[in-house]
Amino acid sequence: MYTEQVMDHFANPRNVGEMLDADGVGEVGNAKCGDIMKMYIKVDNNVITDVKFKTYGCGSAIATSSIATEMIKGKTIEEALTLSNKAVVEALGGLPTHKIHCSVLAEQSIKSAIADFYQRQGIDPTPIVGNIVHCEGDCH
Amino acid sequence: MLSSYYTKLKTKFVQKIIVLSIEMYTKKVYIKLRKNEKRMLMERNIYVDNAATTRVSDEVLEVMIPVLRDEYGNPSSLYKLGSQAKALIEAAREKVAAAIGAQANEIYFTSGGTESDNWAIKGGALNSAKKGKKHIISTTFEHHAVLHTLNTLEKQGFEVTLLNVNTNGVIKIEDFIGALREDTGLVTVMYANNEIGTIQPIAEIGAICKERGILFHTDAVQAVGNVHINVKDENIDLLSISGHKIHAPKGIGALYIRRGVAIANFIDGGAQERNRRAGTESTASIVGFARAIEIAAGTIDKRAEYLKKLRDAFIDGALNIERSRLNGDREKRLPGNANLSFEGIEGESLLLLLDMNGISASSGSACTSGSLDPSHVLLAIGLVHEVAHGSLRVTFSEENTMEDVDYILEKLPGIVERLRMMSPLWEKIEKETTTKQGV
Repeated sequence: MYTEQVMDHFANPRNVGEMLDADGVGEVGNAKCGDIMKMYIKVDNNVITDVKFKTYGCGSAIATSSIATEMIKGKTIEEALTLSNKAVVEALGGLPTHKIHCSVLAEQSIKSAIADFYQRQGIDPTPIVGNIVHCEGDCH
Repeated sequence: MLSSYYTKLKTKFVQKIIVLSIEMYTKKVYIKLRKNEKRMLMERNIYVDNAATTRVSDEVLEVMIPVLRDEYGNPSSLYKLGSQAKALIEAAREKVAAAIGAQANEIYFTSGGTESDNWAIKGGALNSAKKGKKHIISTTFEHHAVLHTLNTLEKQGFEVTLLNVNTNGVIKIEDFIGALREDTGLVTVMYANNEIGTIQPIAEIGAICKERGILFHTDAVQAVGNVHINVKDENIDLLSISGHKIHAPKGIGALYIRRGVAIANFIDGGAQERNRRAGTESTASIVGFARAIEIAAGTIDKRAEYLKKLRDAFIDGALNIERSRLNGDREKRLPGNANLSFEGIEGESLLLLLDMNGISASSGSACTSGSLDPSHVLLAIGLVHEVAHGSLRVTFSEENTMEDVDYILEKLPGIVERLRMMSPLWEKIEKETTTKQGV
């Protein structure tokens, strides 16, 4: 069902854990839907120098968050904001159709962490980051 | 001259012996290596998803192969090859009937559980509707083969009442009696649940249905061969059986239709199965199915005792994991079924990690079903979504051993722990617990 890349990131997730001195923390999804992603970022001079994540969810939820951290580490905030769910899916060599929402969550979790980073500095994040989608679809 | 020739021959002979023994030795070592390799691979393959399907047993395969090879005649044909196949099918029908206390002429071979459920429910509902009875009673935690069939009937104007189940996964007979109406024409309640293995009060429902002249169907796909069933004693009118849950191949099953019960046909065509189920019979599958049910029904007590030992050892061991729970009644459940939830983790990632350790199990998590909602069965017994997402179903067969249980219990706690360490939901659960304890 999953590609080799998905299984690799699921079995050996990169940047997993917490970050006590994070400059921005974002969380999307909910327990009812079956997936929550929490993203921690360290920002230095507008560059994301470190990323950590924690995910509750299925194999593809863990894999998408893992690869997303790799894709934004060392990038500027502007670059990180351009990361799309499509790019995440492509980097993983594809996802089953009903798992695409995991990649959306990964994209949104990064945006959510960046929004928190701006908020902490008293900047309204909405015009820069946009609205954060917490859960795609109807989870009741 | 002659002696030098002799010496040459001798050297050649010795050389040949040496070469041969080296060849034999390496071959032996190679075979041994292959055996070890095979054993190692086999050690890592623990199949505990027997409620999903089972391996075709050697005994079943043994009776099927000659039929597949030699008995290719169409059972409807007049010549010897045809009548031989026909005879095999009729002998098989006797065996299937005996396993559930029925007569041979009450057994109809189908393609499996789903077809039997469709036929019994759609056919039964159509016939009841002729008498003006368009109300059907069932439960919220039936298999989709039943629930989705009922959905179709609802769209066609039938009224369906779905009974709720207790938190232990068993329906209350009072609820059933309360749901009965003048126009109730059909009742369909599963014998044992496929996810949590809970056994329903079938004999009690059967007695009430008989008294009121209501058609009673039970989906006994999970129960047949695991619990003693007698369709006469339990007043069952229609009963669905599947072959592949009891070590027969996929694609074969049966519907028991009590003599005298009229239900509309589901598959139209030729005159097979006494004009009630068309299609050329799959002789080899029928023969294999009969052998499987004969073995299963004949060894219920022995197997139940063995399976309960494995099941209970597994449940006890798994419940040692903190914040875990058993889903479904501890006693009124199938001997080989264990279904647990582990808070803070999601079932699909649990299954993937178990699979990486050579363990094949299943889960009621949404991700494994391809929808956003977790198992309707786990929600029906009152689990909140997040606990239902973290469920694990382990179903044993007599082919499993206590070593399998030990191996799973050796791997499981570490896997749960690993997923919890990376779960923000677990982080929240832990924080809530410490706050509560602090207060």
